[in-house]
Amino acid sequence: MPGTIVDDVEIIDAGHGGGTPPPAGGDDDGDSHRPRRPVPPRAYFTALQLGLAAIVMFFMALASSYIVRKGLGLDWQSTPLPRVLWFNTAILLASSATIVVARKKLEGGEREAFRSWWWVTTGLGLLFLTGQVIAWHQLAASGMLLATNPSSSFFYLLTAAHGAHLAGGILALFYVAFRPWSRSRISQSTAAELASIYWHFMDGLWVFLLALLTLGR
Amino acid sequence: MLSRRTERGSTAVALAFALFLVIMTLVTVYIFWAKIWWFPPAITDLGHEIDAQYARTFLITGIVFVAAQLGLAYAIFKFRDHGQKASYFEGNNTLEIIWTLATVVLFVGLGLYARNAWAEVHFIGASPGALQIEVTGQQFVWNFRYAGPDGKFGREKPELVSASTGNPVGLDSTDPASKDDIVSPVIAVPEGREVELILRSQDVTHSFYVRELRLKQDAVPGMEIHMHFTATVPGEYEIACAELCGLGHYRMHSMLTVMNEADFEKWEKDQEAANQ
Amino acid sequence: MVTHENGGGHEQHHPPSGFIRKYVFSIDHKVIGIQYLMLALFSVFVGMALSLLMRLHLGWPTAKFAFFHGGQMTPEQYLALMTMHGTIMVFMVLTTAPQSGFGNYFLPIQIGAADMAFPVLNMLSFWTTFVSLVVMICAFFVSGGAPIGGWTSYPPLSALGEIVGPGQGGGETLWIVGLAIFCGASLMGALNFITTLIDLRAKGMTLGRLPLTCWTWFVTAILGLLAFGVLLAACILLLLDRLAGTSFFIPGGLVVTDQVITWHKGGSPLLWQHLFWFFGHPEVYIAILPGMGVASHLLSTFSRKPVFGYRAMVAAVCGIGFLGFCVWGHHMFVSGMSPYSAFAFSILTMTIGVPSAIKTFNWLGTLWGGKIQFNCAMLFALGFVSLFVSGGLSGLFLAQPALDLYLHDGYFVVAHFHLIMGVAAIFGMFAGLYFWFPKMFGRFLNEGIGKVHFWLTFIGVYTIFMPMHFLGLAGNPRRYSEMTAGPFLLALQPVHVFISIAAFITIGAQLIFLFNFLWSLFAGKEAKEENPWHATTLEWSIPSPPPHDNFGGVEPVVYHGPYEFSVPGAADDYIPQHLAPNLVRKA
Repeated sequence: MPGTIVDDVEIIDAGHGGGTPPPAGGDDDGDSHRPRRPVPPRAYFTALQLGLAAIVMFFMALASSYIVRKGLGLDWQSTPLPRVLWFNTAILLASSATIVVARKKLEGGEREAFRSWWWVTTGLGLLFLTGQVIAWHQLAASGMLLATNPSSSFFYLLTAAHGAHLAGGILALFYVAFRPWSRSRISQSTAAELASIYWHFMDGLWVFLLALLTLGR
Repeated sequence: MLSRRTERGSTAVALAFALFLVIMTLVTVYIFWAKIWWFPPAITDLGHEIDAQYARTFLITGIVFVAAQLGLAYAIFKFRDHGQKASYFEGNNTLEIIWTLATVVLFVGLGLYARNAWAEVHFIGASPGALQIEVTGQQFVWNFRYAGPDGKFGREKPELVSASTGNPVGLDSTDPASKDDIVSPVIAVPEGREVELILRSQDVTHSFYVRELRLKQDAVPGMEIHMHFTATVPGEYEIACAELCGLGHYRMHSMLTVMNEADFEKWEKDQEAANQ
Repeated sequence: MVTHENGGGHEQHHPPSGFIRKYVFSIDHKVIGIQYLMLALFSVFVGMALSLLMRLHLGWPTAKFAFFHGGQMTPEQYLALMTMHGTIMVFMVLTTAPQSGFGNYFLPIQIGAADMAFPVLNMLSFWTTFVSLVVMICAFFVSGGAPIGGWTSYPPLSALGEIVGPGQGGGETLWIVGLAIFCGASLMGALNFITTLIDLRAKGMTLGRLPLTCWTWFVTAILGLLAFGVLLAACILLLLDRLAGTSFFIPGGLVVTDQVITWHKGGSPLLWQHLFWFFGHPEVYIAILPGMGVASHLLSTFSRKPVFGYRAMVAAVCGIGFLGFCVWGHHMFVSGMSPYSAFAFSILTMTIGVPSAIKTFNWLGTLWGGKIQFNCAMLFALGFVSLFVSGGLSGLFLAQPALDLYLHDGYFVVAHFHLIMGVAAIFGMFAGLYFWFPKMFGRFLNEGIGKVHFWLTFIGVYTIFMPMHFLGLAGNPRRYSEMTAGPFLLALQPVHVFISIAAFITIGAQLIFLFNFLWSLFAGKEAKEENPWHATTLEWSIPSPPPHDNFGGVEPVVYHGPYEFSVPGAADDYIPQHLAPNLVRKA
């Protein structure tokens, strides 16, 4: 009957040293153990970059579907872009500027100014989303609905997907404003930096999508 | 120092494992070699070319399979713990380079070698004089349409599709070219003449598959996909659907008959008469 | 236990109290890892039950059973079983247990961290996975039943709704929604894994000293991060086609049972296939890579020898990961895709066989000259190698389009992916479980019962899946609910009966495992010492089970590589990674 190797090894190796860790907390073990470091703020930046990579893949899948679908059919009819989109774009670009200002104020210790500029940014973000909804209404009023033709389908889909991600960004802005940062692993300044990287990315993503919708019209 | 109990146990397990690997390898190789379950004979020249590539692939994978499984069996038995010390080596760069290069040459070489057969199937289209047959898949039957004596396919309209009134492919009778079109649930082809199939689907994706032709092609809704072959052995061959198309997928079955030229002409005439 | 006043991260140092925070909404990676393993354990038995019913029908298609309405299983019931079997096994077993199960538990410990980078996100990713499983299972219970389109869910079959088949209404919608939720959960998990690996490694734990398990969890997480977003996009497009009247995947002019579909046109079924397989191919590497990591780890540990060619192994894992994104077209050779693209995909696919071969050579090299111990963990690791060879080689046939013409969508493919995923990957999990069970639960799985489980399973899987190659060579298509349509299929029925009987026995043997698992949890032999296997990696330097913060509030320092076994000049045949050089006993 095949023996259980573990049994025999236990017998042989009783009293064998060399693998036991020293008692917890002791720092008289020289350099074999040290006090635990907290999770570094760097980790948040890593995570954000990874999250952005995943979001890029999602939008690349949609963008490539757009290009493929356009190339397929004789049923592609261009979707005229509602003019309000350009206004919305300006709003979003402005919010990227205001978020930079807000962060500068925070770095400079001007907390009240930071709060104001942060609210302006949040407001601009909400204004952008409202503008997108208006764009939808305008398009729908002209008879182009989600299923009208593939071009309109992609218009609604891409703007909705971007809008959803931007809404997440707005939630992040609220979070940065309201969360008690003294009890967190990172400072409010770091959190603001993370939120602003995401915000700029959403900005850039919108410009890309707008270019796609314009050129592919 | 290892106790005797473990030593003996180790040998028993190692032997059992190695023996199982050896037996499994031998039985498997035997069943492949003896062709107990195998391809049916090919009925086209392309089919024979494909079979030759299969043979090359079997040879290479067979050798690798036997070497790897027997090598594993050997290592398991030879290096079972019987009180020895393990050797300490972390690798061997020369070996790594050699077996990497060998594998690249073997695998990629095999893949490149297969290009010719694939090129014949799809890089080259059917020649202009090929007999064109339109294949339409639908849940859960195949229908085959011949252009008839005028050599022209008539117009089809989705609105006219009606299996119940005998118009499964929606032939538009107002089109004069449709009058002599033959629509049949089975397909017949003349021996030795190139045939071009035009694959379509009415509803979901199906796949046209005849083992003896060594061919398979999805019939995709919204697409017309061409394939061609020249059958050289008369006989009846089964057509099976090879893409999940719904609950009747397993019974979407038809027959391909290869006939000599004279029989084929007669068959066509009979079909013509029946369709009037 | 040391407590820290460091102004932040309190949740990591104070163990939780109360049943809910300790076992339900825990943010401890070890608890979450076990939760994932439990989810996978439940799912694998559900998946096996489904396949049991499938094989029952395939072996005896006309037999009547009391639990079916009217006695006989209908073709659509078979297809629903098959669809859910594939989906549950691939997603809820193979994408959870090896990565989110064992990876969650052991990655932080093996790199010397106290937890994952984002413990709350970790908890969210588990519960999101749980919700996705519930949503999917609901598909069984809606009118029409579970979907019948296979785990690949190709449109138009998956897009046109109930008119193309039972289960394609509510069942299919729930399936897609469940899958989309799963995508979100996986992305969260992947993010956590990669961040943890990059930023939380202990001092001395360089990338060159990472255990191969960690390398595979790393590359697997990268694959998941980049692939699941694409699947999510595909699911959204499919849902829009189904529910909002769009036509991403549905062309015009369709007629379903004499009814013309006028509300769709211009879409492409191939677009779905591209999106799905762009995800789907990395997905299968997600399923197998952690098992490879475990195999490498155990082959080394229980041969008492370093891994042969550690750097080549790392390169191979990275190579497989990268190439995994370049080969998706080999699922589409007969789809109507450009034949020139097909050929390019073919050569790339043959190339991906190279790193897999390198790994196999290196596994053999690891065993060579070793001192092999045959405990259950090692038996499963050895079995993994054999099964991986068997399953991988059939890929060489399928990678050549001229040969794939005959074999595509047939039982040869079924044999291939079952041996690789359904068996080799599962063996990787069994191996990991027998190995890590004492660490996780403070008790051993019973070795004697385990050996019975191993032999029945190892022999059993070969008897189930080897014959499927022969069915494939004879031309047996897959996803057929019965082999009755024509003479060549009827002739193959005896093989199906054989396979079914083999499957019943092998599935039955898993009950032995289940008994061992449950019994050992409560009454297994206690693993009092920390390192019963005399292994080298960091998890074996802490108590079994580990304390809440793994290393007792301190951070280990790593001095050695992960596979220092039988080092000449050392008294013991292993040197733990954290053992300071001055403490290593000399011979």
